[in-house]
Amino acid sequence: MTMPFYVAPEQVMKDRADFARKGIARGRALAAASYDEGIVIVAENTSSTLRKVSEIYDRIAFAGVGRYNEFDQLRVAGVRAADLKGYAYSRDDVDARTLANQYAQILGQIFTHEMKPLEVEILVVEVGGEPADDQLFHILYDGTVGDEDGFAALGGEAEIIGQRLADGWHPGLTLAQALRAAAAALAGSDRTLGPGELEVAILARHDGRRAFRRIEGAELVELLGGGSEQGDEAGEAAGQGGDEGDGGNRD
Amino acid sequence: MPMPLFHPADDPGPSFAALARRQGLDPFPPLAAGTGQLPITHGTTCVAVRYAHGVVMAGDRRATSGNLISHRTMEKVFPADRHSGVAIAGAAGPALEMVKLFQLQLEHYEKVEGQLLSLEGKANQLAQMVRSNLPAALQGLVVIPIFGGWDQRRQTGRIFQYDVTGGRYEDRDFTATGSGSLHAGTVLKLQYREDLSREEAIDACVRALFEAADEDSATGGPDPVRGIYPILATITDTGFERVDDDETAERFRALVERLRGTEPTGGIEP
Repeated sequence: MTMPFYVAPEQVMKDRADFARKGIARGRALAAASYDEGIVIVAENTSSTLRKVSEIYDRIAFAGVGRYNEFDQLRVAGVRAADLKGYAYSRDDVDARTLANQYAQILGQIFTHEMKPLEVEILVVEVGGEPADDQLFHILYDGTVGDEDGFAALGGEAEIIGQRLADGWHPGLTLAQALRAAAAALAGSDRTLGPGELEVAILARHDGRRAFRRIEGAELVELLGGGSEQGDEAGEAAGQGGDEGDGGNRD
Repeated sequence: MPMPLFHPADDPGPSFAALARRQGLDPFPPLAAGTGQLPITHGTTCVAVRYAHGVVMAGDRRATSGNLISHRTMEKVFPADRHSGVAIAGAAGPALEMVKLFQLQLEHYEKVEGQLLSLEGKANQLAQMVRSNLPAALQGLVVIPIFGGWDQRRQTGRIFQYDVTGGRYEDRDFTATGSGSLHAGTVLKLQYREDLSREEAIDACVRALFEAADEDSATGGPDPVRGIYPILATITDTGFERVDDDETAERFRALVERLRGTEPTGGIEP
């Protein structure tokens, strides 16, 4: 008969948190920002098929960083929860806050009860009628929910990126300005991110029922380019960062 | 309502109906036993015509309950998604529910899978819904839709009709459904030719609905007094678009103008 070793709960939680943070830090980061006509979500992502940013419902989008299969499962659960709720009650009753709480429940539950916590950080955003009504919920691997104001950064270097974004962002930016501020915050001072390395989507404030739209191709090049000095090099920015993942792709 | 998370082996996939059933929200619940007939509101004549650049779909606005008109402003032509539309005839309650579920299913698939269903796939989804409604149909709650859309892979408009068992039949040129469909179908048949323009296809639908309303009491004609006109929509490469009410009114006015004095009176003094 083997005796179970005693490990202090503090130690268990700390180990799990370290594990999750390391996993998340190996992937690439993501930023979102409110602008005059909506919310833009910008992810560093070279894949055009494995998405980090997606539509959840009419005015709600989802973004995740960390382990792809894990946040994708959460994304699908969110779509299902939203569609079921809209079907059972009304489309107007579906909101980001409820979804964020549900995500927090799931992440918190897995963090405390499972061997392995999810190595993800997610963002649930809802665009409002006015910029002041925009909602950005940032949810961590352990179920911590944060309500961000105006902009948010996710990923291993979220703090530094958030700091850079805070310097470049202010209320009332246009889409191009907000997009460039987010891309610059993700890139940092020693590199630039071109259209090929960015996945960009918006929630448009006044664009019919389904506010979610991807910005790709020529439109993205133009918005990134738009006459600023940082945009001029955007086209040929150096592709960075080989994947050093240990099985399971992180994007 | 908890967030639905499933074990990978147990996942309902992109089907919204399957998901709803799993969560106890069956969109097609079994009916109560019994043979008592309920007074049912029925929706009526719908047509679709393929033309050079897409599809025109049209439906009258009348719903009847026995010999009474229960609604004058029913909508029977709906966008299913950006590039397809659905028109319905039959019992109004289940028909509207089916449209809602169909729209939801296409959107749900698109979001879960991250890409659009093919037009053929959409047509098959609707066939499954009609089939699921068969028990209700046997009790008199029949729903017969028309599905039309722009096939982005083949770059052409396509139309499908259904039967009550969920049989799905693609029509090359035009189709009609509902109590006035016999008349509407014949009118379309006489007017149809290859390479109709948008305006000609709209005029063909307008004429078909006008004649169906003339012969079938359950099909509503244009109502200039209240300003109620049949709903017409085009589906092309650029998507589903409702024909403006003013344009529809003008088409009907022009038709009446053309018919004035030439319409057979059946021996009655005009």
